Amino acid sequence: MVVNCEHVWQEISNYLEGDVEPAVRAEMEAHFRECRHCTAVLDGTRNVIRLYGDERLFELPAGFSQRLERRLAQQTSSVGSRSARSLWILAVAAAAMVAGSLTLGNSSAFKQPDLRSHLALPSSGIPPTLMVVVSDDGKVFHVPGCKFLHKHDDESPVLMTAADALRKGYAPCVRCLRQYLSDRVECPRLSATPELRVEAWSPVLHPGL
Amino acid sequence: MGSLPERINIQVKTADPAETREQELLRRVRAGEKQLFYEVVKPYERRVYSAALAVLRNEADAEDAAQEAILKAFTHIRQFRAEARFSTWLIQIAVNEALMRRRRAHPEIIEPIGERQEEDGQYTPRDFADWREIPSEVLERKEVRQKLADAVATLAQKYRDVFVLRDVQHLSIEETAEALGISRASVKTRLLRARLMLRDLLAPGLGGAWFARLPFEKGSKPW
Repeated sequence: MVVNCEHVWQEISNYLEGDVEPAVRAEMEAHFRECRHCTAVLDGTRNVIRLYGDERLFELPAGFSQRLERRLAQQTSSVGSRSARSLWILAVAAAAMVAGSLTLGNSSAFKQPDLRSHLALPSSGIPPTLMVVVSDDGKVFHVPGCKFLHKHDDESPVLMTAADALRKGYAPCVRCLRQYLSDRVECPRLSATPELRVEAWSPVLHPGL
Repeated sequence: MGSLPERINIQVKTADPAETREQELLRRVRAGEKQLFYEVVKPYERRVYSAALAVLRNEADAEDAAQEAILKAFTHIRQFRAEARFSTWLIQIAVNEALMRRRRAHPEIIEPIGERQEEDGQYTPRDFADWREIPSEVLERKEVRQKLADAVATLAQKYRDVFVLRDVQHLSIEETAEALGISRASVKTRLLRARLMLRDLLAPGLGGAWFARLPFEKGSKPW
């Protein structure tokens, strides 16, 4: 069998996939040596595959990763909180039976951190596993990439979970974490329930506010 | 005519250590360490997004579909079979999500019978411009990326779907056929046409015209 240009064009894609019989392949290669047009088609098709197969071709929209990470963290925490709620029902029932006079609010397990900022606003629902960044001498934690993170030029932001940041007394950024901030001013020390504190890792409002 | 360039290998191979690490992460996610899931999907964010973008052709819709697909993968992680490639499974979810959204938004789009018949006819290249290998660094240039995106957007939907899954997402012929619910033969036919049409569209520009020095550039006087 002697292949002509039309045969070559119809098989060129399979040729590049390595999906042609050895005899056809040999015929095509002999044809390419003789035919400038078909060689141009082969080179061009190969370039198309190479360029479109390069992952640099499509750029992710700015902030895509942060938004995805946040949605996943919310999903994780909603799954986790359902389990936590069940556990809390059991725990509260057990506590009531065994140590009826003790209150959960006095337990050292619920000790609130000392906030670094006296201007912190109350927040709720921040996913504990959300990755956030802080600066060493800062008071606020941010979503990675937030332009309001203040740090020195030679300093790298520290990455940690939102739960850790709250434990260490950092407060959520009022800009990049706005959706978790409450408009109401109240003192969670007086009103927080164990469930709220565990699920939301809610920071306390400074008593002075 | 010089010697023929070596055949390129279109399959993407994952390095063993990376694959092992991915399997270990997936095992831990399934065991309950849900917070590790983002680490598993992070290397595939761009591929998931581009799969959705190719189907929906709108950045905002594509982002929403891509993120929804990743959340679905997270929710249904127990349905993932370890013998399959995670990236393939994830891309197929993204394509299904995007196709579903497209059908919902444009229920009027059905494949015309004429287009189906057209597949039987042969495709003749229109342009024989010499297009030698070009450095992949050209992709650093935004205008080149835009030209490539514009070119693929001009393809009819059925060619674009196959081309994107096979050549952009690196699914196999079988996986592409399965994702789109068409035969392997149709995948091959559409792929051939898509590749040749894109070559026709791009060869004149990428082959030289877009990169030729302008005659009146600064410092290059024509007189």
